[in-house]
Amino acid sequence: MTTAAPPLAGCPSGLAPASADAAVNPAAFVRRTGNRSRLSLTVRGAKCGGCLSRIEGAVSALGGIEQARMNLSNGRLDVEWTGSLDPQKVSDAVTALGYGVAPLDTSEGDTAHRKEERNLLLAMGVAGFATANIMLLSVSVWGGHGEMGEATRQGLHAISGLIALPTLLFSGQPFFRSALAVLKRGRTNMDVPISLALILAFSVSVTETIRGGEHAYFDAACMLLFFLLIGRFLDARVRRSAYAAARDLAALANRTVTRLGTDGIPQPARPADIRPGDRILLAPGERAVVDMDIESGASEIDESLVTGESLPRFATTGMKLMAGSVNLTQPITGRATATADDSLLSDIARMLEAGEQKRSTYRRIADKAVSFYVPIVHTTALLTFIGWLLLGLGAREAILIAVSTLIITCPCALALAAPVVQVVAAGRLFRSGVYLKSGDALERIAACDHIIFDKTGTLTLGTPRLVPEGFTSAHLTAAAALARASRHPLSRALAQEAGPGPLASDVKETAGLGLEGYLDGVHCRLGSAEWTGAPATQTSGPALWFVYGSDAPILFRFEDDLQADAATTITRLQRLGITAEIVSGDRAPAVASAAARLGLADWTAAATPQEKVRRLEALQSEGKRVLMVGDGLNDAAALALAHASAAPGGALDISQSASDAVYAGGLAALPGLIRTSRAAKSVMLQNFAFAAVYNVIAVPIAILGHATPLVAAIAMSASSIVVCLNALRLNLTAERTT
Amino acid sequence: MSGLVFLIPIALMMGFAGLAGFLWAVRSGQFDDPDGAAARILISPDEPLPPKKPAP
Repeated sequence: MTTAAPPLAGCPSGLAPASADAAVNPAAFVRRTGNRSRLSLTVRGAKCGGCLSRIEGAVSALGGIEQARMNLSNGRLDVEWTGSLDPQKVSDAVTALGYGVAPLDTSEGDTAHRKEERNLLLAMGVAGFATANIMLLSVSVWGGHGEMGEATRQGLHAISGLIALPTLLFSGQPFFRSALAVLKRGRTNMDVPISLALILAFSVSVTETIRGGEHAYFDAACMLLFFLLIGRFLDARVRRSAYAAARDLAALANRTVTRLGTDGIPQPARPADIRPGDRILLAPGERAVVDMDIESGASEIDESLVTGESLPRFATTGMKLMAGSVNLTQPITGRATATADDSLLSDIARMLEAGEQKRSTYRRIADKAVSFYVPIVHTTALLTFIGWLLLGLGAREAILIAVSTLIITCPCALALAAPVVQVVAAGRLFRSGVYLKSGDALERIAACDHIIFDKTGTLTLGTPRLVPEGFTSAHLTAAAALARASRHPLSRALAQEAGPGPLASDVKETAGLGLEGYLDGVHCRLGSAEWTGAPATQTSGPALWFVYGSDAPILFRFEDDLQADAATTITRLQRLGITAEIVSGDRAPAVASAAARLGLADWTAAATPQEKVRRLEALQSEGKRVLMVGDGLNDAAALALAHASAAPGGALDISQSASDAVYAGGLAALPGLIRTSRAAKSVMLQNFAFAAVYNVIAVPIAILGHATPLVAAIAMSASSIVVCLNALRLNLTAERTT
Repeated sequence: MSGLVFLIPIALMMGFAGLAGFLWAVRSGQFDDPDGAAARILISPDEPLPPKKPAP
C-alpha cells in the first residue's frame, strides 16, 4: 500500500511524535452497570484517520470489547465491554501504539458548558428558520408594493407574526434572562437594548398588522435574533473548547493513586477519593497528588514544580511532602494530610483568589463599547420620538419611526465584532498548539510589553545535562555502569551521556548519598562528596563524585539544559518590542548561568511565591503590562495576578487553570501567540470602528423615517457580513506571518 | 391569489422539514466529532458498522 514502512509508534502521518508515557492504571475510573463496564480515556497524539483505525482496532481486538469509539475532535476514547477485562489492558493497548493516554473523570464534566452551547445552537437554528420563512413572506410584500391588496398584505403579516411569536419566546430567552438579571442589579449590558428592540419591534408590528398598516418588522426582529445568536453561539463555543482543552491537559496528570487498605493491601484509587488520614504508597517516578507526611521509607524528591528548585531533595520519615513533588528513587509510604483539592499552600490559594478578583476588574473592549453605545442609542430613539411629535406627526407614526431607529442601530455588528475575531484567532492558535482559556485573553496578551519567565521547566528542560570537562571517557563508562541502576536525575543524565552499556554488579543505592557497586571486582562509589570521601569544595552547580577502588575522586559537573528554542524565542520576543526577565525559585548560580546563556540582564533567584508577586506588582505599578510564563505551584499566584499569563502543557493543573493560555508546542509558540493576539486586537478595533461608521450613516436615515423594513434588512445583514469577512482576514495575515 | 392558500403552507412545511432535520442532527450528536467523521471515510478496509447503541 505504501512504499515506506509506517512508523512503529505514534501517528502514522507523522503529525504528532510518539509519546513515551508509561501506561497508567485506569481501574479506578471504570463505571460499572451490571455486567457492563464503561471507561473514558483521553488520548494524546491522535491526529489522523490512521490513528483512529489503529486505536479502535487495537482496543476492539481485546476480549469482550463491545464498542471502542474514538472522537478525533476532542481526543476522547469511549470503551465499553462486558465480562472481566482488566482495564489496564485497554490503556496498555493504546500506549503500545505510541500514544499518551490518561483516564478521564466523567463525573465532573463540561456538561453545563455543553448544554449551554447546545441550547444556543438550537435557539440559533430556530431563529434562522423563522428568519428565512418570514423573509419569504416579507419579500412578497415588498415586491408587491402598490399592487398587493390590503387584505393579502395583512394576511401575510399575520402569518409572519404567527411564526415570529414562538421564535421570540424560544430563541429570545438568553437575552431576556440576561437583561432581567442585570436590570435587577441596577446595571445594564448589551442585552438590555437588544431585548428592548426585540419587544418593541414585535409589539409595534402586531399593532400595525391589526390596523392593516403598511410596514411590519417581524423579519427584522427575527433576523436580529439570528445574527445575535450566531455571535453568542461562537462565544460559547470558544469558551467551551478552551475549557475542554484545558481539562484534557489536566486529565493527562490524572494519575491513579495507590492507597493502602487497612490490611496493607495496595488498591488503586482516584485522586478525588483520597481523604486525609489515608495511607498512600508512592512508587519511584510517581507524582504526589495530595500533601502527605512520610511514614516510612527514604527517597530523593523532585520539588521543581513546587518550589522551582532544580536539584532533588532528600526526604525521609517524619518529613512533609507537598502535592506536585515527584518521588525519584525509592518507594515511600505516607499519610495524606489533606484532600487533593485542599492540597495547596493556603496562602497561594488565597493569592490566587485575590488575583482572579483583581483581574475581573479588566473590562473587555466590547463591554466598553457597549457602555458607551447604549445610552446614545436610547437617547436618540427617544429624541426621535419627541421630535416627530413636536413636528406634528401622530403618536403612531412617531413610535414607528423611533422603533425603526432602535432596530437599525441594534448592535448586530457590535455583537459579532468581538466573538468572530476570537473564534478565528483561537482556531488559528489551536492549530499551532496554544489553547486559549478565555476570549478576552487575546486583548490582554496583545497589550503586554514585558515577560517574566520562571526558569525551571519553562526556560530550561528541568533535567540536568553533563558538562563534558574534567574526566576521561573511561571514567564516564565506569561511572555510567553504576548510574544506570538509579532513577536519580543526575545518574540518568550521566547514563544518557555514556549511552547504552553494562551494569555494575551488586549495586546498592543509599538515598541522599549515592550508589556503590563492583566493577570487575573493584569497589566503586558514585554520589555526594561526603559519600565518596572527596574534599567538600564548592561547586557552581549540581555535581557527582566518582571513586574507582582507591583512585582519587573524579568530579562530574552538571548544568540545567536550556529548552532548544529558548534563545531564539527571546530574540524574537525582543524584536516584537517585549523585554524579558527571569524570576526563579532556584539557587542564584543556576539562574545566573541560564540568564547569561540567554543574554538576559535581569534575573532574580531564590524568589518565594510572595517575592514573585511583589516583583510583578512593582513592575505593574511602573505601568508595565506583564505576561507571566511559568509552570509551577510557586508561579500560580503570579500567573493569576499578572496582566496576562501562559503556562506550558506540562505545568501543574493549578498553574494551567490560573493562566490565560496553555501552550503545548514549546516556547516557540509564544511569539506567535503575541503576534496573533495583536493582530486579533487590531481587527477587533477595526470592527468596532466599522460598527460606529455604520451607525453614523444609518441613524440619520432612520431618524428621517426612511428606514423601511427592507432598508433595515439590507443594512443589518450587510454590516454583519462585512464584520465577519474582516475577521476572516485575520486568518490570512496570521498564516503569512508565521 | 388563491394559489397562496397552497403555496404558503407548502413553503412553511419545507422550512419545518429543514428545521426538524437540524434539530435531529444536533440531538443525535452529528456535530460531536467533525474531524473524526472526515477521517473515517478514508479508513480501509470498510468494516460493518458497530451495532447501534444508545448514547452513553
